[in-house]
Amino acid sequence: MEKVRTNKKDTRTKQEKKNDKYYYASQWSLIGRKFKKHKLAMVSTYILLFFYIVTIFGNFVAPQGTEQYDGRYVNCAPTKVHMFHEGKFVGPFVYGLKMERNPETYMLMFAENEEEIYRIRFFAQGEEGSEYKILGLIPCNLHLFVPEEGGKLFLFGTDNMGRDLFSRVIHGAKISLFIPIVGMLLTLILGLFMGSLAGYFGGWIDTVIQRLVEVVRSFPQVPLWMALSAAIPKTLKPAQVFMLMTLILSLISWPDLSRVVRSKFISVKKEDYIMAAQISGASVASVIIRHMIPSFISYIIVNMTMAIPNLIIGETTLSFLGLGLRSPATSWGVLLQETNKLETIMFYGWKLIPMLFVFLTVLAFNFMGDGLRDAADPYK
Amino acid sequence: MVKFIARKLSIMCLTVFLISFAVFFIITLPPGDFLTTYIGRLTAAGESVDPVMIEKLREQYGLDQPFVIQYWRWFSNIIFHGDFGYSFSLAMPVTTIIRAYIVPTMVLSLVTMLFTYLISIPVGIYSAVHQYSVGDYAFTTIGFLGQAIPNFLLAIILMFLSFRWTGDTMLGLFSPGMQNAPWSMAKFLDLAKHSIIPIIVIGTGNTCGLMRTMRSQMLDELNKNYVMTGKAKGMKAAAIRYKYCVRAAVNPIVSSIGWSLVGIFTGSTVTAIVLNLPSMGAIMYSALIDQDMYLAGSWLFLMAIVTVVGTFISDILLAWLDPRARKEYLKG
Repeated sequence: MEKVRTNKKDTRTKQEKKNDKYYYASQWSLIGRKFKKHKLAMVSTYILLFFYIVTIFGNFVAPQGTEQYDGRYVNCAPTKVHMFHEGKFVGPFVYGLKMERNPETYMLMFAENEEEIYRIRFFAQGEEGSEYKILGLIPCNLHLFVPEEGGKLFLFGTDNMGRDLFSRVIHGAKISLFIPIVGMLLTLILGLFMGSLAGYFGGWIDTVIQRLVEVVRSFPQVPLWMALSAAIPKTLKPAQVFMLMTLILSLISWPDLSRVVRSKFISVKKEDYIMAAQISGASVASVIIRHMIPSFISYIIVNMTMAIPNLIIGETTLSFLGLGLRSPATSWGVLLQETNKLETIMFYGWKLIPMLFVFLTVLAFNFMGDGLRDAADPYK
Repeated sequence: MVKFIARKLSIMCLTVFLISFAVFFIITLPPGDFLTTYIGRLTAAGESVDPVMIEKLREQYGLDQPFVIQYWRWFSNIIFHGDFGYSFSLAMPVTTIIRAYIVPTMVLSLVTMLFTYLISIPVGIYSAVHQYSVGDYAFTTIGFLGQAIPNFLLAIILMFLSFRWTGDTMLGLFSPGMQNAPWSMAKFLDLAKHSIIPIIVIGTGNTCGLMRTMRSQMLDELNKNYVMTGKAKGMKAAAIRYKYCVRAAVNPIVSSIGWSLVGIFTGSTVTAIVLNLPSMGAIMYSALIDQDMYLAGSWLFLMAIVTVVGTFISDILLAWLDPRARKEYLKG
């Protein structure tokens, strides 16, 4: 068998080889080419890449550590970064902060103290408490930007415990951006497995799985999420809650995917090349994994991308309601918990900033999915 | 058609039975039961707890029975007596609570649905007919934004804006003074005013989705051959559009009414919690937190039944509108 193949290869001309190569790689490269034409999708992809990269290097980008807080600076408005002091160029710096009482509302507010100047240093050692470990091993305290000793820089302001919101948004992204991905992968595995079983074998297996799909789909998503999340014991560690939430999200969302997979399977099953593979003795698993799934994997990818926004909204909503993660664990939903009270929104508007990130991420995933859907069928 | 409906109905009954089992399983998932929470609260308040009394209570509510027996007691009571059990935390039968809240929830859902269709269908048609126009781009943008924003965030933003502009957060369905007033024009107007934010919040996601569907369906239809035939015959463009295209394009939307209703009905849960609406959602939220299992379970069960019935309606509508779907289903 091997010998025949090599012989055959040798007899082909260069042009034929080139053509073969082109045909072989065509679908994916065509998809890539078409995707690049969708401007909005490309921009969204870059935004998402940026978010994920920043999140991965979160400990370095965020000036404050995950468990750090400063009781002196509670509910402090975002610090302004200045370039000029009294008309002279100094480079990026912040003024010192001083407490003042608002003459109208008598509330304590922070104001700039223009006598103190703290330059912002880049790639500098952070203050005490912001140490982290690279890969959980090498201790390090290098940060992207840190104000000079004594200065305070809160890009997005602070919360009611004096934690820097900018750092919290970045630390929260670790959960808010990765729960959906892990959840999606679990959904993918479950959906592919169930869908392919139902589609490949048909008969009673199909009937049982279809009934199961119907039952799960009959559950209203939001209430089911709430009920299951309420069942998570409150004594668990954040990491365990994280795992359970991912599991819940994927247990609820697999039926839709399995339906798509099943219908694709039924239509592909009748193709000649599948029969050829079966006749030449390929095992069931290999027929499914090597021959059937690749034929419609692009549709699956599109479907999954479109599913991510829902997972993000799900996690955020649950945490916001207090049914998911709880402080001190951080996710965007947890950060938004504070905005539940109207007074917070009235006086401390900056606490809504995490919302912007939820919004941007969901939107970017939507556009990326849209671009992928258009590109998934490049022959159209 | 009769055969089709009969078949769907029998499947529906089986699904409801399976769902009830799953619901009961889920609500008994949390470790402990309502009494453990209750004891915890009593001890936290510094009161002593009599173990004999707790044991008696447990027996009275059947909490000491095995899972299957508890389940059967609950399910058979619902099916044969319409009795959903007893709410421990509110100290009244669940049926009474449901009766008090089901009407506002239904009314709110139906009004929202009307709003959804009144906006999404015309906008979808407009976007398709004027594809790539400024209006189309504007609506597409709004559509994407509306789908991207989670309900609770929209609720917060609107609450904030209404406070800024009118000085009233519009929480709840009535102003404080109006809550117990007899029905009058003023009370109705007050209700209407307070319904605006919930309707927008609950309806936006669905409206944006439907808008997109209507647009793409309409675009498909506009490019079909019969449109050209009509034009060749000398028909007016508007006549072709509204007599043929819209009718064909609206099919998938009509057949998804059941699903939309479900989406609105359940989607209102979170909104109700944030906006403090007197709908089922808010009550059930506290029931979940307090482990008030019969109340939470009945609510989950009811929601699931709404979903099943909604799907049933959708299936029937689709089969009625499109004979092909009906035939295919009966064949295999």
